[in-house]
Formats: sequence, C-alpha cells, structure tokens
Amino acid sequence: MISADLSIVLPEVLLALYAMAALLIAVYTSKDGMASLLTWTTAGVFVLLAVWMMINGSGTQEAFGGMFINDGFARFSKIVILLSAAAILLMSEGYMQQRGLLKFEYPILLALAVVGMLVMVSAGDLMALYMGLELQSLALYVVASLRRDSVKSTEAGLKYFVLGALSSGLLLYGASLTYGFAGTTLFSGIIEATSDDPSLGLLFGVVFLIAGFAFKVSAAPFHMWTPDVYEGSPTPVTAFFATAPKVAAMALFARVVHDAFGGIVSDWQQIVAFLSVVSMFLGGIAAIGQTNIKRLMAYSSITHMGFALMGLAAGTAFGVQAMLIYMAIYVTMNVGTFAFILAMGRDGQVVTDINSLKMYSKNQPARALAMLILMFSLAGVPPLVGFFGKFYVLRAAYDGGLAWLAVAGVVASVISAFYYLRIVYFMYFGDETEGALDSKMSPVLWAFLMGSAAAMVFGVFNLFGIEPAAAAAAATLVN
Amino acid sequence: MSNLLSLTTFIPLVGAAILALFLRGNDIAAQRNAKWVALATTVATFIVSLFIIGQFDPSNTGFQMVEERDWLLGLKYKMGVDGISILFVMLTTFLMPLVIASCWNVSDRVKEYMIAFLLLETLMLGVFMALDLVLFYLFFEAGLIPMFLIIGIWGGANRIYASFKFFLYTFLGSVLMLVAMVAMFTDAGTTDIPTLMTHTFANENFSVLGVQIIGGMQTLMWLAFFASFAVKMPMWPVHTWLPDAHVQAPTAGSVVLAAILLKMGGYGFLRFSLPMFPVGSEVMGPLVLWLSVIAIIYTSLVALVQTDMKKLIAYSSVAHMGYVTMGIFAVNQQGIDGAIFQMISHGFISGALFLAVGVIYDRMHTREIDAYGGLVNRMPAYALIFMFFTMANVGLPGTSGFVGEFLVLMGIFQVNTWLAVFAATGVILSAAYALWLYRRVVMGDLIKESLKTITDMTSREKFIMAPLIFMTLLLGVYPALVLDIIGPSVAALVDQYDTATAAFGAAADLAAAPAAH
Repeated sequence: MISADLSIVLPEVLLALYAMAALLIAVYTSKDGMASLLTWTTAGVFVLLAVWMMINGSGTQEAFGGMFINDGFARFSKIVILLSAAAILLMSEGYMQQRGLLKFEYPILLALAVVGMLVMVSAGDLMALYMGLELQSLALYVVASLRRDSVKSTEAGLKYFVLGALSSGLLLYGASLTYGFAGTTLFSGIIEATSDDPSLGLLFGVVFLIAGFAFKVSAAPFHMWTPDVYEGSPTPVTAFFATAPKVAAMALFARVVHDAFGGIVSDWQQIVAFLSVVSMFLGGIAAIGQTNIKRLMAYSSITHMGFALMGLAAGTAFGVQAMLIYMAIYVTMNVGTFAFILAMGRDGQVVTDINSLKMYSKNQPARALAMLILMFSLAGVPPLVGFFGKFYVLRAAYDGGLAWLAVAGVVASVISAFYYLRIVYFMYFGDETEGALDSKMSPVLWAFLMGSAAAMVFGVFNLFGIEPAAAAAAATLVN
Repeated sequence: MSNLLSLTTFIPLVGAAILALFLRGNDIAAQRNAKWVALATTVATFIVSLFIIGQFDPSNTGFQMVEERDWLLGLKYKMGVDGISILFVMLTTFLMPLVIASCWNVSDRVKEYMIAFLLLETLMLGVFMALDLVLFYLFFEAGLIPMFLIIGIWGGANRIYASFKFFLYTFLGSVLMLVAMVAMFTDAGTTDIPTLMTHTFANENFSVLGVQIIGGMQTLMWLAFFASFAVKMPMWPVHTWLPDAHVQAPTAGSVVLAAILLKMGGYGFLRFSLPMFPVGSEVMGPLVLWLSVIAIIYTSLVALVQTDMKKLIAYSSVAHMGYVTMGIFAVNQQGIDGAIFQMISHGFISGALFLAVGVIYDRMHTREIDAYGGLVNRMPAYALIFMFFTMANVGLPGTSGFVGEFLVLMGIFQVNTWLAVFAATGVILSAAYALWLYRRVVMGDLIKESLKTITDMTSREKFIMAPLIFMTLLLGVYPALVLDIIGPSVAALVDQYDTATAAFGAAADLAAAPAAH
C-alpha cells in the first residue's frame, strides 16, 4: 500500500532527496565552490523530471487516501514549472557568479521551492495544499533576501515574509472554516458537502481561501508586495518569482475552485472575475509611470495574472485550458524578457532604468529585435503568440457568459500596450544617450532571449502542440 | 497552381527574411543591395499577382482559388479572393514597387526600412485574402507593428506622439472587434468567413441596462466592428490620428497609409458588416450616412485652412473616405460600385499626391505651403503632374476620381436626396482647397530666395508617377475595367442584404401588428 503511494509521489520524493543530499554534500565539501556545479545539476534534474513526466505520465492516480493527486492537469503544470525553473536557474548562474551571490544554498532552495510547487499542484486535500504552499513560500522568502548586504533586498525578503504570513493566515482561516462546515479536508469530501445548498460558513471559507491564493498569484487588490519584492530581489530571483511560483499558484487556484468547490461555480466566479478585472486595470495603469524595468515587469505580471484569472473565471473546462495555455505562454515570454534584463548593465553594474535602453537598437540590432518581439507579444499583438493566449481566455470568458469581462479585458490590454510600446520606443526611436549599455551577454542568456523570441514568432503555426495537451489536462480537472 | 494566393502573400515575407538574414553591413553598397532586393521582391509579387487576376472569373460571385488548412483551436488557415477583394490585392501589389522606388534616397537604416515595408506588404495582402475571422484579425492587427516602426523610426520631428497615437487609437478600435469575433465564433461555431456570410446572427431586440437595442446581437456586433473599421477608415469624429500620422510619417509611409491601409476599413465594411450583420447595418446605416456627410463637409473645410501640405491632403483623404462609407451604406449597386471604385482610384491619386509632396520635401525639407510659390518657373514637369493629380483629386471627368464620386452620389440619391445634396457640396469644397493649394505652391512668380535653385523632377521620380497617371486616366475613360470585375459580386451582396433586411422588416411588422390591434 505504502509502496504504491510512494511510487506515485516518486518525482517529488526524488527531488526532495536530491535537495537534501546536495545540501549535505555541499556543506561537508567545498561549500560555495560547488555552487556553480550544483546550479547546473539542479537544472538538469528539473529537466529530467519534466521529461520523465512527459513520457511516463498517463491516467489519474491518487495517493495517501486522496491527499495527493497525480492527474493530467498536475502533470501539465508540473512540466511547465520544472522547465521554467530550470531555465531561470541556468540564466542566473552567470549573473550570480559575477556578483558574488552564487551561494550553494541558492540552487538547493530553489529545488525545495519546486518540491513545494509540485506538491501544491497535486494537492487533493487542504493539508497537502498548505504543506506545499508553505514549503514553497519559505524557500522563496529566503532567496528574496539573498543579497544580504543590500537594504532593498533585505527589505524585499522581510516584506514578502510578513505579507506572505498574513496571506497564509487568511488561507488557513478559510481552510479551517471549510473544514468546520464540510467536516473534511479532502477536496472530494468538500465537493460533496457543497453539492446541495452550501452553508454560509463554506462560502466564507472559499472567500478566504481565494484571498490567500490571490496573494500568491499577486492579483489585485492583494498585489501590494509584488513591485517592492520584484525590485528588491536580485534579478534572477525576480525572474524566478515571475515564472514558476505563478504557474504553481494559478494551478493550485484552479485545482481548489474546481476540485473542492466545483459545485458552487456561480459563487466564486464573481470573486474571480472581480480579481481579474481589477488586476488587469491596476497592472496596466500603474505600470505607465514606472521607469525601473523590474517594477514594470511586476505590474506587467499583475496584468497578466488578471488575464489568466479571466480564463479561470469562466468556470469551465475550456476556461482551465485557456488558463493553462496562457500561463505556459506567459512563462515563455517572461523567461526571454528576464534574460534580456539580466544582461542589462553598464561597466559591470546592474542597470534597471528603462531610460538606459535609449537607442539600444543601434548597438545591438539582434537583441533589440528579440526584445521588440517579446514586448509586442506581451502586449498581445498578433501574429505573436501572446495574442493567442489572450484569444483563448477571451473566448473562455465569453463562452462562460462573462462578455463584460472580455470587453474590460481588451480595453485593459490597450492600456498595458502603452508601456510595452514605451520600451520599444526607447530602444528604437529614442535619442542617443551617453554611456551605452554593455554589449556583453553570456551565451546562455543570449540563447534564452533568442529562443523565447523565436518561439513567439514560430508558435503561430500550432503553438508547439500545447493546445491538445492543455485540453487533455483541463479535461481531467473539470468534468 | 493551387496555392497562388499564399505564394503572392508570402513572397514579400521571404524577401524580408533574405534581407534580414543575408545582408550584412551598412555601407553604400549594402544599402543599394537592400533597395534592389526589396524592389525585385515587390515586382515579383506584382508579376505573380497578375496570374491571380488572369485566373479570376468575374461572373463567379463566390470565393475563388480557395486554399484551406487546419490551424489551432478549430481555426482555419483559409485564403481566397472574390470580386470585392481582388482589386485591393492588385492595388497593393501594383503600388508597392512604386513605394519602394520612392524611398531610393533614404539612407538611415535602409535594410530595416525595406524589411518593414516588405512585412507590411505581406500583412496587407493577407488582410484582403484571409477567409477566416482570426486569420483576418491577425493580418489586420499585425500591420500596426511595421507601421508603428515606420512612423516612429523614420518619421518627422513629432514622430513619437504620432506613432503612439496611431498605434493605440487603432488598437483600441480593433480589440472590440476581437470580442465580437469571439462572440461570432461562439454563436456560429466557426470562423470560416464564407460560412459566416450566410449565417444569420440573432437579431431579436433585447435591452442592456434598460436600453432597448433594436436588432439585438447583430447591432452590438456591428458596433464592435464599426469601432474598428471607422477608426481605420477613418471616419469623422475618430479621424484625428490620421493627420498626425500622415504628417509625421516618411513619404513612403504616407503613401502606403493613404493608398492601402485606409482601404482596409472600407473592405471590412463590405466583407463583414454588410453581409454578416445586415440588420445591424440597416439599423445603424443612417448614422453612418450622416457621419459621412459631416466628414465630407467638415474635413473639407478643415483642409481649406491647413498650412501644412501633407495635413491638407490627409484631411482631403478623410473627406474622400466619407464618400466611400456613404456609398457602402447606401447599399445599392451604384453606391457600392462607386465606393469600391473610389477606394481604388483614391489609392492611385492620394498615393501620387503624397509622392508629389515628397518630391519637393526632399528638395526643401519643409512641408509648409508658405515656403513655396512659383514652382512652375523652375519645375514645369512637376507642375504638370501635380496639376493632373490635383484635378483627379477634385474629380475632373476623364480621371478616375470622377467616376467614383459620381457613382456614389448616384447611389445615395436613391436613398436620400438631401444627403446627396450635402455630399455634392463636398465636390465644390474639394475643388476649392485643392486648387487653392495648387495656386499657392505652383503658380505665381518665383520670389522665394530659397527656391531659386530648385530642380525639376528626376527621371526616377517621373518614372514612379507614370504608372499612376496611366491608371488614373485609364480608369477615368474606361471604368468598365473595374466595374466588370466587381459588378457581379456587388450585385450578389446587395441581393443578399435586401433579402435579409426584408425578412427582418417582415418579422418586425408581424411583431408590431398585434400590438397595434
């Protein structure tokens, strides 16, 4: 019995064992001297696990009495999480090394955070959910303040921790209400309790749970921490925040609202729609005034979470599919954009002011072009792949009877187009500026930037086949 | 050949890719190579497109040379042409070599400039050939990217404001269309344009927030499409991006904008609004007609007081597009024939006018009317050519400008006499601003010191103008060339529209009848 359960959670177990083994080995040997090697092996382990899941995964299995679910939805999310985490790790190695930030704890903490994320998306029970979420969060609090001698980085970590604890509190309160009124923490039990006329306590529970998730995905009005944490953390950590944890939190969000509260769609739908519309507009409007590209990307990610939530708000299988496709596209775009940001520097110093990009296209035409493609893709302009993400969620929202949300979404996308265009404007139309940015860019970053831009262009043919995969994944969650 | 349309559409893209990947350096030789590659590509596209018109059968009112492939999400990659779209395709392929030739003197980032125009050509051709809603939207919107860059990188002093305004204005218009497309996809279960043209969208009245919406869903969808096409067209009062964009864009950009991009709005009305939402068009038609009349008179008056030549011609374009929308929403054979004719003819004439402004701008680097005067003394050939296109713009019989305006007025006269009366005053006003411009720039004595050394048009510039003069005259004296091709398709469109609106009218009468008793 226990061995059957363990074989289902084998990827998570292996990854956790790997993290612990790596920790022991590094501590007892050369410590930070191993950091570079550990970074590469950790990324390799992520990729191996992702490939394993791609090849091996089929069907739905439950472990530990339904606390852990391994289904198509979980696998899709896990693959996106693992691959994006691997990409960010590879990208961060050079940057961290150069600035003396490459501690051996860094890859290990990320590996532990990823274990947490994998547990999150597979959670079939409120306790498993909380365990995964906290494992992820604790690891992330630490990496946010990785640059110990920087006030901003320390502040970012503390802010993230305090507000994260608050949101965990909200979530726990919601979970305990749910448990109190449903009499079980298993999602399969909760959905039965809500099937006939759910009690007010359960509704309160779902509201608090959603507030907790909204914090984790940084949806407005629970987004306050995002710009500060993004700005203060070292850039590779920011890149990580913008990708894998967002996917995990969105997947968890979808899992809970469908698996546990799938019977009361109309009740949570309005909350999610509200979060979506507020995020889209707030992210779009607040980003207009930003000059720091990391803060700008923070607001950009708030807007994008609004769009992803639009798919979720539809409350249908197609909505979940749209959300998954949106997240996969979003992550790909962000990996490329952060590869670009990581290479921004002057005389070895980090530069985050978008004014420094003036006339970038004159010096670096290829990179400027890649960034231009990514910016238009983030803005959702066809024929780039970002447009298809928008198209899927719009369709999901309209089919789900939320035509007003679709209209609000496209209006918000016009507002947010402005600041993406502004970056293009600096790179292409701006005046010459003194002191051009460094032309050095590590081959790894260059490859990720170009690869991501190329994916945005060539994905127009068939989105690299993720559509049927996402459809199958969504079908296992919503039926 | 079965994929002639795709071939035509993507030849410029291949040319752009060759430029991007294989052309290195930025010396004079590389710049010249870039221009030659671009010119050769556009000429090749034009030659291939001649096969399209060669194979085209005007008597067949359906789509021809259709290609179809599966794409994502049940969408299709589907291309085809019919009598309404084919001439826009030809207009595009015909004008692009001239556009490329007109920027022969550009020296700033030439390779990128050529790539932008070649990309733009692919996207414009795609718009006119796409037979799938989302594919259409893809081409329609993607065109914003190269145009944004053309205005922003190679434009005039105030180019940044103009490029942002251009992009955001048109983007806002078209995203609403995207929502309507999603709604159509859900309603009809397909994005196939020929199928949607025969699909009847729900037109029962309902109310939103207490406002009764006559024509129901159709009217709402019509409005969403209208938001996009009216901005693109541009119609009064959402035309304000156009003068800015025109003034700041480089000459070649202005030519493409006026001659081809503006036609996408008119084409959209004919391809989507009329056949797919006949009831919506019937309900909202009068509004469009009155907006068109206002556009014609108001923008003509505004054109009179302009001090910048490009701005004057830009306002004149808005006025001429007023005739187009008026002809389209008259919904009869003459009106729509006239509208399409006017669009084609305006493509040649406005393109030529912007080129003519470009000729003297290249020499004097100003577009202020006051900076010129008496050019006839030193530039006789220029004076003659400018005269010809001024007259064509006014609508002198014998030029293509006359045929279009006359047909539109004839069409609108059958709908509403007053509208025809007001619209006809636009002809007088256009004569006023165009001739006055001509007098101030070309006639009189050459007293400005700076103009004393100005030289006449070079043979390259004359060579670019020659085909435009030829087409303007040819269509002016033998309009059947166009009308024979578009006639049957327009007749079918008008028939279909009349049937659909008659059915709606009958249903409305039935619904009203019991209430009367």
